[in-house]
Amino acid sequence: MDYAASFALIAPELVLTIAGLGLLLICAWGGDKSAKLVSILACVALGGAFALVAPVVCSGASGPDTLAFGGLFAADAFAGFAKLLIFAASGAALVVAPRYFEKVATMRPEFAVLVVFAALGMSIMVSATNLITLYMGLELNSLAAYVLAAFLRNDERSGEAGLKYFVLGALASGILLYGMSLIYGFTGTVSFDGIHAALSSGLSTGALFGLIFVLAGLAFKISAVPFHMWTPDVYEGAPTPVTAFFASAPKVAAIALTARVAVEAFGSQVDAWRQVLIFAALASIVVGALGAIGQSNIKRLLAYSSINNVGFILIGLAAASVAGVSAMLVYLSIYVAMTIGSFVAVLMLRSEDGSYLDSIDDLAGLSTTRPVLAWCLMALMFSLAGIPPLFGFWGKFVVFQAAVEADLIWLAALGIAASVIGAFYYLKIVKVMFFDAPAGRATGNADTAHWALLAIATIFISPLGYAINGWLGWLADMAASGLFPAV
Amino acid sequence: MIGIEHYIVVSSILFVLGVLGIFLNRKNIIVILMAIELILLAVNINLVAFSAFLGDLTGQVFAMFVLTVAAAEAAIGLAILVIYFRARGTIAVDDVNQMKG
Repeated sequence: MDYAASFALIAPELVLTIAGLGLLLICAWGGDKSAKLVSILACVALGGAFALVAPVVCSGASGPDTLAFGGLFAADAFAGFAKLLIFAASGAALVVAPRYFEKVATMRPEFAVLVVFAALGMSIMVSATNLITLYMGLELNSLAAYVLAAFLRNDERSGEAGLKYFVLGALASGILLYGMSLIYGFTGTVSFDGIHAALSSGLSTGALFGLIFVLAGLAFKISAVPFHMWTPDVYEGAPTPVTAFFASAPKVAAIALTARVAVEAFGSQVDAWRQVLIFAALASIVVGALGAIGQSNIKRLLAYSSINNVGFILIGLAAASVAGVSAMLVYLSIYVAMTIGSFVAVLMLRSEDGSYLDSIDDLAGLSTTRPVLAWCLMALMFSLAGIPPLFGFWGKFVVFQAAVEADLIWLAALGIAASVIGAFYYLKIVKVMFFDAPAGRATGNADTAHWALLAIATIFISPLGYAINGWLGWLADMAASGLFPAV
Repeated sequence: MIGIEHYIVVSSILFVLGVLGIFLNRKNIIVILMAIELILLAVNINLVAFSAFLGDLTGQVFAMFVLTVAAAEAAIGLAILVIYFRARGTIAVDDVNQMKG
């Protein structure tokens, strides 16, 4: 395949690269005054990349025609599906950010540039079919994310969040790399296909160590238990728009990457990684549910909620079937909408003088002071808990269905039992909003852009979401089936 | 005769030292940055040793990428450390405890 064809396949990444570099020049030229222009242009670039990826997803492309640069990069439907979610979530973060930063400090134009580079890194991650591509994409995303976490540079908590994220993220990258070096040494190749072929004759001890290290490093990135301890601190300390970004886009990217590594690279040793994933899934569900109970900060609570949700997503992957990966993608789409919606709702909690609130006590009596916001947040919480008429239920349903079809009935049963524990703290928020005496603190007005995003997210997770259900499932099935070798 | 096993042993010792350096260090964050570099260098020893052992250049190319990323990572780590120090006035590990729970 010639270079022109390869460049055509990486068109969305090229758009983001050129946009990122160009915007960096505008930032250097215009200073803080250019913040608005840079944010708008970054949204346009993400929209352009989105439009370039959409046809690939709808056509369900897979196979050798989607490989660019001699098999280093795959622009297939699976990567495309994840990229659509990543670009949409990054765009949402850009839309909510300006009003927040204008209030707490100044809106700096670098924010949009960093989000564009992080989105570029994530889109390289999900397309990687080679350990080197994987590492470069992952680091591009992580390096941008460390800076984003510490973005409020005069704020102690933001600095601490950045520092913790950096140290643990760098450790995770180190563990992942060590695993990759072992995989390379014991299989003699860094391409996923080559690893798949080399492992089909058996798994040596060295390669098993490599596999475990790689999975541990990836578990850090998706904040699955036992590598979740950074999540609550980073989510609490980082500025709220950044937290909304962290909880959505990088999670999609890291989970899609894990799926591709598990299925394409380690697909010939399913039993070796399945037990690791099952443990991580169950532990995440339980720790996510129990850890959230005593929290008083709503961002921390949502961090545990995201750990909990990652557990359910991993159940889909542990099924190691087309249905499982498809269920995982459906769950991810719903999860992104729920997470963005919840964090936007948190952003809308402002006191009379416009400062931002993030304590659960501030929610008291929200149903009388801000009824629309309270009802939206209630729908989002019930959806996160997986209560039937809402769309969040469907995500859990398809994941458990895939697990049952893969003869993991006990896993599905344990997952359902644990999700009941999780429902407790979501209900607690609803109880505080609807039945406690009004605290009267969250009275400030919210921005139109925030209302619009909250409305979109709420409509998506409301029972109306089932209208696009067939279509979503069809796209996810097509994307997932491309990942598995034709049988 | 020095074989591939010796290299793996050295690199795994360095890797473990790096990980312990992150978790057992109670003094200061600069030490953590050095421990992270130690981990990445352990990886590089592995990659180059495997590359020579297998007679395959990919490992050395990979090591070049790792070196580049390690430099970028150190730069960002130090930058974050500087803003943290400005806000808190200390870089002792025990003082990184604004958030808990």
